[in-house]
Amino acid sequence: MTRLKGLQELFKRYRRPGDIVFAWAFLAFSLFLLSQLGTQAPWKSGGKTFTQPAFWPTISVVMMALFATLHLLSSALSPRIMGRWSEVLQWARTLEYAGWFMAYVFVVPQLGYLGTTMLFAVLLSLRAGYRDWRVLGSMAAMGIVIVVVFKSFLQVKIPGGAVYEILPTGVRAFMLTYF
Amino acid sequence: MDVFTSALSLLMDWQVLIGLLIGSIGGVIIGAIPGVGAAVAIAILLPATFALPPLVGLVMLLGIYGSSMYGGALPAVLINTPGTAVNALTTYDGYPMTQNGEARRAVALAYSASFFGGIFSIVCLILLAPLLAKIAPHFGSREIFLAALLGIILVVLAHRGQIFAAGMLAAFGIFLQTVGLEPITYSRQFTFGQTWLTSGVDLIVVVLGLFALSQAFLLLTQPDETPKIESVSGSMLSGLKELWVFKRVATVSSGFGVLMGMIPGVGEFTAQFMSYTYAQKTSKTPELFGKGAPEGLIASEAANNAVPAAAMIPLLALGIPGEALTAMMLSVFYVHNVIPGPQLFQNDMPFVMALYIALLVLNVIVLIFLMFSTNMLTRIIEIPTRLIGVAILLLGFVGVYSLRNSITDCAIAAGFGVFGVILKRLNLPIVPIILGMVLGGIMETKLRSAMPRVKTPLDMIDRPIAMIIFAMILLVIGLHIRTLVREWRNPPQDVDTDIHLTQGGE
Repeated sequence: MTRLKGLQELFKRYRRPGDIVFAWAFLAFSLFLLSQLGTQAPWKSGGKTFTQPAFWPTISVVMMALFATLHLLSSALSPRIMGRWSEVLQWARTLEYAGWFMAYVFVVPQLGYLGTTMLFAVLLSLRAGYRDWRVLGSMAAMGIVIVVVFKSFLQVKIPGGAVYEILPTGVRAFMLTYF
Repeated sequence: MDVFTSALSLLMDWQVLIGLLIGSIGGVIIGAIPGVGAAVAIAILLPATFALPPLVGLVMLLGIYGSSMYGGALPAVLINTPGTAVNALTTYDGYPMTQNGEARRAVALAYSASFFGGIFSIVCLILLAPLLAKIAPHFGSREIFLAALLGIILVVLAHRGQIFAAGMLAAFGIFLQTVGLEPITYSRQFTFGQTWLTSGVDLIVVVLGLFALSQAFLLLTQPDETPKIESVSGSMLSGLKELWVFKRVATVSSGFGVLMGMIPGVGEFTAQFMSYTYAQKTSKTPELFGKGAPEGLIASEAANNAVPAAAMIPLLALGIPGEALTAMMLSVFYVHNVIPGPQLFQNDMPFVMALYIALLVLNVIVLIFLMFSTNMLTRIIEIPTRLIGVAILLLGFVGVYSLRNSITDCAIAAGFGVFGVILKRLNLPIVPIILGMVLGGIMETKLRSAMPRVKTPLDMIDRPIAMIIFAMILLVIGLHIRTLVREWRNPPQDVDTDIHLTQGGE
């Protein structure tokens, strides 16, 4: 009995609220991948074990499932701190900003890199709670700096906006190259 | 000498010098802002450096890597908030010194100890270079496979208190790099019939999501903070003089930094822990540790700054990254078709030496910059955290989208951004995913190429270096089992590890 208690102690660790939700979700994901091994990474007949294309997917998914089980066990045995569902809600709140990010991705090819970056710098600052025009102006200026450094100077591959098509020929070529 | 001259001529290119200057100064500024670290900056800049010549791109990233910890010490000392994760230990003694009215002394000592650690490790690296050049060619596929395996095991075991989580996330990383079209029989693995998964999951997309976007989402969803900092007046040069008094602690701590930096998966935190323990045990005033002991501050800063140069050893000599930042740099090498490993040491020693000299120069640039810019940096630290979040989100887009203009990549990165937030809030480690992806790929390739010469399992370790690495693997596992048995017999009283030491490079 003492030994069993000692074994339990080995699994105990500091656990933040929401840990067990993540542990269950990761285990479910691992078990789903494990159930798909036969179809998604089938073992080919013949050939050495270590050179099988399915060897590493199998090893990794089995290890995922094994460690996820142990992680869940340790989560269940560790002292709980209250606030599980408010923590999960906090995770869900980040989806809003993932949405902002994807909106930015979709608008750039339409409005162009310069205009979109300035627009989103201001909109996101407003969303973050800032109303002072000096802050908003500084953020728009930061948008210009980002575009100048990356597009004009470092020439990273970001396509021009569809809106540039309505510009006069000379300005259009300039905007397509540098902004 | 020829190698040294050739290396210098490689560095005497205006593009390389500008890259080094931007990287060094940019790294200090980025490191000083709490919430942004070298990993975020390197992840964002990575795709932009692909268009640059390899040495320019690498010295810029190396500059950020090597200098961010200098900047990170400033908020650690002044406002008890580490600029980068590895400056956490600096707060233990740095902030109490500030509270005791010794802010200038603490900042000057932090800079000086960082400089000492940086220079010490580069000197070690340069002295070790001929030895490495001799040993590296003896590393064949089997040895590199075993070294990568040792790296994975160390990454998992280094996360004490979170070993199961580190294990499942490292395995997840290995799994991610197997998704898509595999190169042997061209069969699709874990694509579920989706064409967008055929090309696999790109490491840089994952890195940008887990490090940059997750940090942006985190800062934007948390309450806004605007730190207030008092100016620091007086000369920073006095720290170098005072460091001389504590030269033993500085040297031993730098030595720990070099040793731990060389071992994949271990890094700054273990080096700092060992240095701090050593400094406290050998101090005449151990009771002052945690209350403003200069030796504690020196131990922390000298150890963490000695790591970047040492971390380049497994990367350059074997092509094995030991932590997330060198894993990102590996992709710069690959993009330019410069394959780090034994061949690089044999065929392009001037290139390797040029990187070493660049590291040396960056430490000098950073120290000079800091002597004059400390108060300017304190203003930058005062930028509200939510506005920093906005900037990281906008910059994250450049990193992901400029890779191949793929909306799918952006969606995957956003997904990993949300995943990264969950991991950070749960205090679970991110680095094992990245190292799992990189080391998993290396293990897969090297094991396959080693197989034709391996008839029985024993053939895997029939060469001296392979045998030594295998013995190290057994030793590491054996030591861990011994610790577990001890803990089983005498369960630790305090299992609270709230300050997680492994969100490296945040």
